[in-house]
Amino acid sequence: MADFETPELKEYPVIPHIEVGTMAHSKPFVAKEQFQEPLGFPGELVDNWQQVAYDKMEELTGKYRSLAVFLDSCVKCGACTDKCHYYLGTSDPKNMPVARQDLFRKVYRRKFTFAGKYFPKLVGAVDLTEDVLNDWYSYFHQCSQCRRCSVYCPYGIDTAEISMAAREVMDSIGVGQKYCNEIIAKVYKIGNNLGLPQPALLDTLEGLEEDIEDDTGVTVRLPLDVKGADVLVVTPSADFFAEPHVDGLMGYAKVFHESGISWTLSSHASEAANFGMFIGSYENMRKVALRIREAALDLGVKRIIFGECGHAWRVAYNFLNTLAGPFDFLDPKYPVPMHIMEFTHDLIQRDALTLDKSANDDMVLTYHDSCNVARASRMGPKPGGQFILPREVIKASCNHFYDMPQDTIHDATYCCGGGGGLLTDDLMELRVKGALPRMEALKHVVENHGVTHMAAICAICKSQFAKVMPYYGFQMDSIVSVHQLVSNAIVLGNKQ
Amino acid sequence: MPFLTIVYAVLFYAATALMVVGLASKIRQYAKTPAPLKIPTTPAPVTRSGVVMRMFRELVFFESLFRSNKWIWLFGWLFHYGMFLVLARHLRYFTDPVWTWVDLIQPFGMYAAFAMSAGLLGLWARRFFVDRVRYISSLSDHLMLALLFSIAGTGLMMDYVTHTDIVAVKEFFRGLMYFNWQPIPEDPVLLVHLGLVATLMIIFPISKLLHAPGVFFSPTRNQVDNPREKRHLSAWAAELEK
Repeated sequence: MADFETPELKEYPVIPHIEVGTMAHSKPFVAKEQFQEPLGFPGELVDNWQQVAYDKMEELTGKYRSLAVFLDSCVKCGACTDKCHYYLGTSDPKNMPVARQDLFRKVYRRKFTFAGKYFPKLVGAVDLTEDVLNDWYSYFHQCSQCRRCSVYCPYGIDTAEISMAAREVMDSIGVGQKYCNEIIAKVYKIGNNLGLPQPALLDTLEGLEEDIEDDTGVTVRLPLDVKGADVLVVTPSADFFAEPHVDGLMGYAKVFHESGISWTLSSHASEAANFGMFIGSYENMRKVALRIREAALDLGVKRIIFGECGHAWRVAYNFLNTLAGPFDFLDPKYPVPMHIMEFTHDLIQRDALTLDKSANDDMVLTYHDSCNVARASRMGPKPGGQFILPREVIKASCNHFYDMPQDTIHDATYCCGGGGGLLTDDLMELRVKGALPRMEALKHVVENHGVTHMAAICAICKSQFAKVMPYYGFQMDSIVSVHQLVSNAIVLGNKQ
Repeated sequence: MPFLTIVYAVLFYAATALMVVGLASKIRQYAKTPAPLKIPTTPAPVTRSGVVMRMFRELVFFESLFRSNKWIWLFGWLFHYGMFLVLARHLRYFTDPVWTWVDLIQPFGMYAAFAMSAGLLGLWARRFFVDRVRYISSLSDHLMLALLFSIAGTGLMMDYVTHTDIVAVKEFFRGLMYFNWQPIPEDPVLLVHLGLVATLMIIFPISKLLHAPGVFFSPTRNQVDNPREKRHLSAWAAELEK
């Protein structure tokens, strides 16, 4: 399959001994000029790149308290060293969160701290040399910004913040990552990550309507650009055609159908994901987010609801109001934005949906908490609702559900291995190895409870698992959307 | 005035000034640097009082560290709270009459020095025996532990091996506080102890000891989880909207 070995799934998770440099060769493709410039970044490495990088570092530590505090505060206690899925899967010590941070911190110390300026050897401070830059490019693209390390750090140091800053510094000197920057450029040009234009989108949605009708005999609409609809649904573009994402999208459509609430997708904002976050660029993140505000205003909707997407939900839940608010033109009765899970859960609570659990009896399910939903967002009014609501929706839709081991779920969940802008074929080795801890946890419930399928609510998780599960001997279709389960179980036309 | 007294008096004034000014400027920097986005590590409290409780649990029980690694937690907690009691006990050398609560903790303060040392040794051992921690340890990390352990060690020596004239020590420090200098006892162990303490004070604001003020400013821990209810906008981000 590839020129690397898939790690072995052990009976119990083992913290590996360090093996220096095992992943130094892992690097994503560099963005070419045409993908850099639409984002406002130089097309290639600028002449005085060191100085530009230092200036950018200074600017960022002045703009982000997180960065300023995190760079100073680490005491190298080692609490995070065994928490990153990429370290557990690769044994490369630079994939330990503290060591990853130190790649940035050692340059920060050299340029901006007394100790680093005058006693560099003592504190391990170095200039930003070409070698260091190579390390940055390699290892800051081995962080999926999943925040697992920040849960366990006594100071809450979040490596994601440092990875984002490092990527922004690299973008500012002309060393961008192709995958992320190409996608952002596509969003600006066409409206979504996949470059799906409006006519193609319309065609796809009509096809899905036909599928649902063939399957159920009921006409369920998937409306696009309908002015005056109550709800604007913003969903990851993978939902329009990828498996198992699309089954989730049909699930949303059926839920809306049953609710009787009018809804629409938007071709202007046909993408929930905001890759601006992955590259740490506030300006790009804001520009991407503003499309959603524009679409909501243009269509005259009353509410905004996001589909199943992890990092998108982080940006939506935590940042949308900041980036593109205030949303005082929407109905104040509802939170802005809402998650589709909150919407469906509410309908279930009010007994507004008829769900036939036996429709999913061919599956024994478990649930993968997507990292950014788990550790960087919330659902419902109470802390931790992001763990409860999806499980309640799953349990309302199927008869057989088992959780994976406690230290691998909720806010201790492991990243799928493909988040944070790493879901690209040029990082396949990293993605396979990074999935190891989740695959071990899955194996546990497969062997102990006969689990056959794992549900998730993130487009990246779904694509990543569909691709890497076969490496570990699982079927690629054993990853399912939560709303796919709802879709299977829902009995249409019952409550009208 | 004996030469050594002058040296130590100047040293402690300088160390205090550097520590206070250095920390104040760092705290000012952290406070003035905006946190433009809501980034609490969730589940996070949805109210301000909930955040106060979260921070309290972090500071008093090292909650996140407890979840993370029981050994680091044990050694780290022993060290920090041992040191806290030891420092509190040392207030008797600066107060006259000695505050009642300082008198009350006096016996615990003695044991605390052992707890502090044991914690330090445990943390230090990890830097040698755990390969991951060995990898991330730089020379300064070892020196910091050596410094703290030497301070604890010389302190314990004065209790159990070679007593110093503690009354004179107190007069020296009271003299510094009231600008009425008194001679320092020229006892080598005491001089080493105090020299190391002054060193620690000086490097406080330019080292990883900044985790002490830093922990209060960590946005992942001190932010309220209410982004949908309340719009969070920093000054520089607001500029982009113009």
